[in-house]
Amino acid sequence: MIAWQFLLAASPESGVIKVLNPQSPQARAIYDLGVTSSVIFACIFVIVGGMILFAVMRYRWREGEPDPRQVAGNRTVELVWTIIPCLIVIALFFLSSRTMGVADPPPPPEPDIIVTGHQWWWEARYPKSGVVTANEIHIPAGQPISVRLETADVLHEFWVPQLGRKMTTVPGHPNHIWIQSDEPATYLGVCSEFCGTQHAWMHFLIVAEPPDQFQAWEKTQLMPASAPPNDSAARGLALFQQMSCMNCHAINGTAANAGVGPDLTHLASRRRLGAGIVENTPANLRRWLADPQQVKPGVKMPDFKFTDPQVNELVDYFETLK
Amino acid sequence: MNEIAQVLDRIGILTPEEREHWKMAWLSTVDHKRIGILYLVTGLVFFVVGGIEALLIRLQLAVPNNTFVAPDTYNMLFTMHGTTMIFLVAMPVLFGLANYIVPLQIGARDMAFPRLNAYSFWLVPFGGILLHFSFLAGGAPAVGWFAYAPLSETPYSSQLGVDYWALSLLVLGIGSVGTSINFIVTVLSSRAPHMTLRRLPLFTWMIFVNSFLVILALPVLNAGLVMLLIDRLLDTHFFLMPGGSAIMWQHIFWAFGHPEVYIVAIPAFGILSEIIPVFSRKPIFGYEFVAGSTVAIAFLSLGVWAHHMFTTGLGHAIDLFFIASSMLIAIPTGVKVLNWSATMIGGRIRFTTPMLFCIAALVQFLLAGLTGVSHAAAPLDWQTKNSYYLVAHFHFVFVGLIVFAILGALHYWFPKMSGRMLSERLGKWTFWLMVIGFNMTFLIQHFLGLAGMPRRVYTYPDLPGWGWMNMFSTVGAFIMGVASLLFVWNLIVSLLRGRKAADNPWDAWTLEWATTSPPPHENFRSLPPIHSRRPLWDVANPDRPDPVVGTKGEIDRVAPEKNRAGVIAFIISEIGFFGILILAYLYYNATPQSGPNARGLDLVRTGFFSLCLFASSFTIWRSEKGLHLGKHGRMIGWLIATIVLGGIFIAGQGLEYWHLFESGVSVNSNLFATTFFTLTGFHGLHVCVGLIALLIALGLALAGDFRKGRAPALPAIGLYWHFVDVVWVIVLSVVYILPHLR
Repeated sequence: MIAWQFLLAASPESGVIKVLNPQSPQARAIYDLGVTSSVIFACIFVIVGGMILFAVMRYRWREGEPDPRQVAGNRTVELVWTIIPCLIVIALFFLSSRTMGVADPPPPPEPDIIVTGHQWWWEARYPKSGVVTANEIHIPAGQPISVRLETADVLHEFWVPQLGRKMTTVPGHPNHIWIQSDEPATYLGVCSEFCGTQHAWMHFLIVAEPPDQFQAWEKTQLMPASAPPNDSAARGLALFQQMSCMNCHAINGTAANAGVGPDLTHLASRRRLGAGIVENTPANLRRWLADPQQVKPGVKMPDFKFTDPQVNELVDYFETLK
Repeated sequence: MNEIAQVLDRIGILTPEEREHWKMAWLSTVDHKRIGILYLVTGLVFFVVGGIEALLIRLQLAVPNNTFVAPDTYNMLFTMHGTTMIFLVAMPVLFGLANYIVPLQIGARDMAFPRLNAYSFWLVPFGGILLHFSFLAGGAPAVGWFAYAPLSETPYSSQLGVDYWALSLLVLGIGSVGTSINFIVTVLSSRAPHMTLRRLPLFTWMIFVNSFLVILALPVLNAGLVMLLIDRLLDTHFFLMPGGSAIMWQHIFWAFGHPEVYIVAIPAFGILSEIIPVFSRKPIFGYEFVAGSTVAIAFLSLGVWAHHMFTTGLGHAIDLFFIASSMLIAIPTGVKVLNWSATMIGGRIRFTTPMLFCIAALVQFLLAGLTGVSHAAAPLDWQTKNSYYLVAHFHFVFVGLIVFAILGALHYWFPKMSGRMLSERLGKWTFWLMVIGFNMTFLIQHFLGLAGMPRRVYTYPDLPGWGWMNMFSTVGAFIMGVASLLFVWNLIVSLLRGRKAADNPWDAWTLEWATTSPPPHENFRSLPPIHSRRPLWDVANPDRPDPVVGTKGEIDRVAPEKNRAGVIAFIISEIGFFGILILAYLYYNATPQSGPNARGLDLVRTGFFSLCLFASSFTIWRSEKGLHLGKHGRMIGWLIATIVLGGIFIAGQGLEYWHLFESGVSVNSNLFATTFFTLTGFHGLHVCVGLIALLIALGLALAGDFRKGRAPALPAIGLYWHFVDVVWVIVLSVVYILPHLR
């Protein structure tokens, strides 16, 4: 708490202490409340801690000393130190309620993005444009974005420390938050409610871009997958359709349209695989397909026991899904 | 084997007469001192288990991307660590201390119900074994210590771990309620003459208040566990979609869970209130305020649970209510901290190991309290919740306050329990290693949380700062491990070779120091006069005794009858259980269900059977009257009538169930059926228990026992029977009558 202040001074821009590096009006409101209350708490700690320290230093027992005067209390003192905390609490209550309004305004009728938590990845749908993606959420910088939070299974929690509050996804009870990034930047988000085996790897990226870049991104994301450019990729697509991949995944422009696992239409455009566990490189994709359980133990995708050539063909195809 | 008996004798835990049957001497004991020690030893064993789990957790987190343990193993480890430390360490150890000390502090010979006491204790190892048996039955639970639905439901946790977890917590919960009823009745009915409630030592006072919190809160958890088990075993949907509510589980769990924090914190407050004055050589500053603030904390703690749910989207209105109530609780807590500090000011502080631990607990708790307020402020909680900041906060409470206070208490009362002093040198080593290790482990975690590290992750990427902070924390944890080993070593060495302890080695003032160390069977040969809160101070300082506390009226007040007080306490404990079942019924039936519903029930038939049950309240009252007037035959006649009427009611309920089953309605048909069978079923179970008790009473009466004046059981059973009827009045109104009024 006290050192909060200290660390703040030490590393405002390094990005280590993310909660203390707010990048949106919402997060900043919470940060300001944090600073105010930290100052109050620090004062209390110094006063009461000082009282204890004073007692410990000043009133040591020495051999042979008789027992001191037996003071059993003082009503005035008790009254004073009951009333002062009352006042502090009242002040904090009003500060908190004011912050709530700024950090968490009421939702609009239609959200900009619907984020759905799955064991163990995030699905993001943009109802206004129709974009569907996973684990990498692009937003236009400089404007508030309304996010509706849902879950396909258990509780998850959506948390991007620099951008604002966290919020649980609850079955049958959609929640809502606002996020905003003042400047173009990329942020790491995590699932912060324990959700099973791979709760640790349920990361996502928020990519805030200038509005024109964001629109360009949306446009590419809406394009269906193009036909495989070479034989190997074509065999990969065929394999994708023959094996049970299609039971879980969708690729716009092919027959695959299931929504159990992440949408793969633009898989190659995404930066990470397995909700953040590895970089999205051909080598890692190969490892993943060869046995996803090796890369991310417990992940819902089974090991299909593909042969090496099959893996290569699938990777060749997936790498075309820009 | 006789050598073992000799060793046991030498370290003072067997009397010479017991050498022959030394195994049974402890297994069958009903002596509160031995039960207390059994609690403590059990707690210590599980502390080792939970501690090893903690060290494995810290090993896994020492470096980024670690693969020391598998993800599911890690998830089992933190689930078992949390459950073990709370239910099998903190509670048993605090109950054990209270078991040993409370009867001594009030000058009693034993607890009010020694056999209930033994029963409550033995449920702890049984529950602990049940929980750990899950390792052999397909894997321990891996859902966190609060087992949030729907992750804890069959579709997402299909193995038996969660079932074992729920069953063992039920067992432990029943034991905790049993022992708390015992504390309440002991304090109310077994105090020595002149030991009025206003003269109670603060430790006893806090255990007394705390016991009410236990009997109010634990049954709420029991109701939730029962619903979870019904979901899992009978395929229903209390907390599962469609229809069920995951948030409902959180409400139930935290309605228990937050009071639970205070259930383990209030005894720690009691320990601080006992030890700090003794080693400051002054009475506690503001006894009334320390005692009164405990009551305030206990009350408020029942109304703050949803601050654990600020991120679930309850809405700002509800959030604001719980911000206010949660912040309010900081006031009585702050008053306590200030009173303890003021006790030291102007004193002559002796830095013995117990005092050092208590001063450390005070400072650590000051910090924990302040970071606690930052969780009460919902907007800050929106950021810090479920991060390592929260992990740091609650470990400051659980370790910084509670474990430190317990260590202080064990160093303080060990001479009384064993007749030997602990080594001060080892004690101080333990203290410094513990404090340094603890702050290394947990202080840094505040910053890990602010750096964005969520809790309950089995590993983490190598982000700036995360690696070294985690490593630092792990090193601290191992220093705490060394400190714990040193403490255990101190216990063993001192038991065998420690300096003999005098009756009152610390020059303390409460009654436990007025008897030998260890105390004889039934505790006291004679008691000093009791006029104030510090009887032994008055004895030692006849020239300046404490002011006399209390009036003649208070001293002459007659203690309530034990059985009656016990049953009343038990009935209070049922409020939470039936309250949750009734609220759940109302909640899940607020919107009409498709399929079977309450309008399909036969109100007339149930009305008739209900009349039988209500009539039985009258007959048992007549039976008691008969007993009171010494009319033996009349008493037996009315008793038989009561049993017959109760039997008719149960038969009627059986008939109703039969008709429902016939028409295809079963417990998992829909949420109406689920809640209906759960609520009426548990009421029926209570009626059956009452019938068994009545049959036993009838047997005793027919055997002529009551004529010999051994009849206090009947009014107690009568009270319970009335309670069962009152519950049925509510159930009848809610389930059968209410739907016809809409």
